[in-house]
Amino acid sequence: MGINRRDLFKLAFAGGGVTLLSPSTPAWSSSSAELNPERWGMLVDTTRCIGCRHCEWACKKQNELPSAPLTQFSDTSVFEALRRPDATSYTVVNRFAGPEGEGSPVYAKVQCMHCDYPACVSACLVGAFEKVNTGSVQYDGWKCMGCRYCMVACPFQIPAYEYFNAFTPVVRKCTFCFERVSKEEKFPACAHICPNEVMTFGRRADLLKAARERMAKEPKKYVPHIYGEHEVGGTAWLYLASMPFGELGLPVLGHKPVIQLNETVQHAIFKHFIPPIALYSFLGAMMWMHRDKKE
Amino acid sequence: MSHAEEALPVEKPLFTPGVFLLLGLMAVGFGFAVYRYIYGLGAMTNLNDQYPWGIWIGVDVASGVALAAGGFTTSALAHIFHREHYHAIVRPALLTAMLGYTFVGMSLMVDLGKYYNIWHPILPSMWQGNSALFEVAMCVMCYLTVLYLEFVPILLEGIKGKLNLPVPLDRLRGPVESLLKQGWVRQIVELADRFFGKIMFLLVIAGVVLSCMHQSSLGALMAIAPYKVHPLWYTPVMTLLFLMSAIAVGYPMVIFESMWASRAFGRKPEMEILTPLAKLIPFFIGAYMVAKISDLVIRDAYLYLLDGSFQSVMFILEFGFGVMLPFFLLLSERVRRSPTGLFICAALYVILGVLLNRINVFVVAYKPPYAEGPYVPSIGEVAVTVAMISALILCYRVIVSILPVLPAPEGDEGSHAAKA
Repeated sequence: MGINRRDLFKLAFAGGGVTLLSPSTPAWSSSSAELNPERWGMLVDTTRCIGCRHCEWACKKQNELPSAPLTQFSDTSVFEALRRPDATSYTVVNRFAGPEGEGSPVYAKVQCMHCDYPACVSACLVGAFEKVNTGSVQYDGWKCMGCRYCMVACPFQIPAYEYFNAFTPVVRKCTFCFERVSKEEKFPACAHICPNEVMTFGRRADLLKAARERMAKEPKKYVPHIYGEHEVGGTAWLYLASMPFGELGLPVLGHKPVIQLNETVQHAIFKHFIPPIALYSFLGAMMWMHRDKKE
Repeated sequence: MSHAEEALPVEKPLFTPGVFLLLGLMAVGFGFAVYRYIYGLGAMTNLNDQYPWGIWIGVDVASGVALAAGGFTTSALAHIFHREHYHAIVRPALLTAMLGYTFVGMSLMVDLGKYYNIWHPILPSMWQGNSALFEVAMCVMCYLTVLYLEFVPILLEGIKGKLNLPVPLDRLRGPVESLLKQGWVRQIVELADRFFGKIMFLLVIAGVVLSCMHQSSLGALMAIAPYKVHPLWYTPVMTLLFLMSAIAVGYPMVIFESMWASRAFGRKPEMEILTPLAKLIPFFIGAYMVAKISDLVIRDAYLYLLDGSFQSVMFILEFGFGVMLPFFLLLSERVRRSPTGLFICAALYVILGVLLNRINVFVVAYKPPYAEGPYVPSIGEVAVTVAMISALILCYRVIVSILPVLPAPEGDEGSHAAKA
């Protein structure tokens, strides 16, 4: 009976958080999943971006998305409204008013951040998303049932859906040029075409070092913050900027992975199936104890 | 099972103006659904990359599951805690739960982009145990199976002589009767009846356990989006609140259905069962109220209550009319004894409160970081939801007319008398 009650308590209050569980063994599984220390990353130095949108064009070409000739991408009128990646564009560049006192605008490209603790991977009930060894978050449309929970879960609002495809709609997002990088051994298309070396592709650990060096060399140029180093547990894509990232269209996020609470709850409820079995036994006992009340 | 009161099919004509209205609403929703299947979700709904979930998830799925809680709460009361007094309401509650979950599945078939992959969670190769949605999907599938199995004895009882075939189904009477005269059919029915009689207690407990599991996991769904859900609703104890509110809405839902059925079929409301049942509600809703208030206070979220935002107004409506008001009303003996009082003041308020809570959590509280405007459901989305609810009511009506679900009206002649 004591065990029953304790487990029921645990079941009921599992939502209360990590504190109830032993601190030495994290109760959420992705925490114990090994992150490859050699995984790829991308460093985006927004101070270098000139808003040429070549990356948008290269991305569309690489991923065979509906596109236009490169010359049409020099159209700057698109910057008038904030744009978001969608089912036909995995990355877009936006223009922002520069730091106060400086006239020149700042540009920032946005795409899937390829989180270290991806919410989409944790959310997807059929495992259509996977954080692969190289560091990118891959999606398998064949498994997908189209529930769009990944879109609800993503703190960066990245996965886009083919809402106008009636028969085989899939989720669309940046692939980190997985095939191109792993099979053809080339840089991702956006980094490859960039005329100003805004993006640096490399091992995430090396990129963090490089970012710190850049900041140390020119401390006045950068805000002392590498966006993506710790945001929601860390992301493969890292950003440097001359102004706070919230003003560059990037969401202001804490360091805790968003999946932690959910996975803690899930694992508390399903740990060796003890709580459900305990509840089952408890109810069975109640049924037996009350059997005499039968009229 | 030994109950004082016997269940019988309702002997009433099937086609009433109300039924034609339901059929009309279903036809409209069906038309919109066809449009969605041909032109895609984007053409028919207001769902987009900012708002991937709309009222089909908030109302049809989340509220559908919550409002089907009458099934497990009633069966726990009657079968596990052996309050035999309540046997008469177990069957209608079971039927509502069965239909409720069936229509949750049907709604998902409209909402899912690749609806033909709805069975994917069954495949062990695709299991993803970290996902709260996986837990919900598995439990709902298992529970739906349990509900169908729990319903089999009612079907068997019907076959064994309590089958009623109203117009236009009366044409089937001849073939059905000749089939039932066959010896082997009788044998199978007898065997099945005995088998289900033996395993029923296992199914009953499984139903309660599965319900507790997925009712709470449903609350965990939005816990993955701390930056998107309004702080009035985003709390680490969402799981607990969902379970508590599901339990709280179980009996009000049973009272609501029972009284509605009594009215529709021109019977006297079963106050001798419903009044004592209503006495239990304040315990559950009171516990929920205390949990919700403590949560607001501990997280300092009450600070958002008076900021005048749409969300704050919705929260006050949900909590004031859906939780506090029915709690205090149901403490009064007079309200519990009065049919109107029980129907409107108590049952309806609690039901609308939980409905509003689910809509709030999944739709109103959801604030994507790059929202261009609020989500408002399209006419097609509303039409499909209305059609689903209509279809559910119609199925209920047809099934209680054919099978022994509802308790026989007082004095067995009642049903015959009411016919005239």
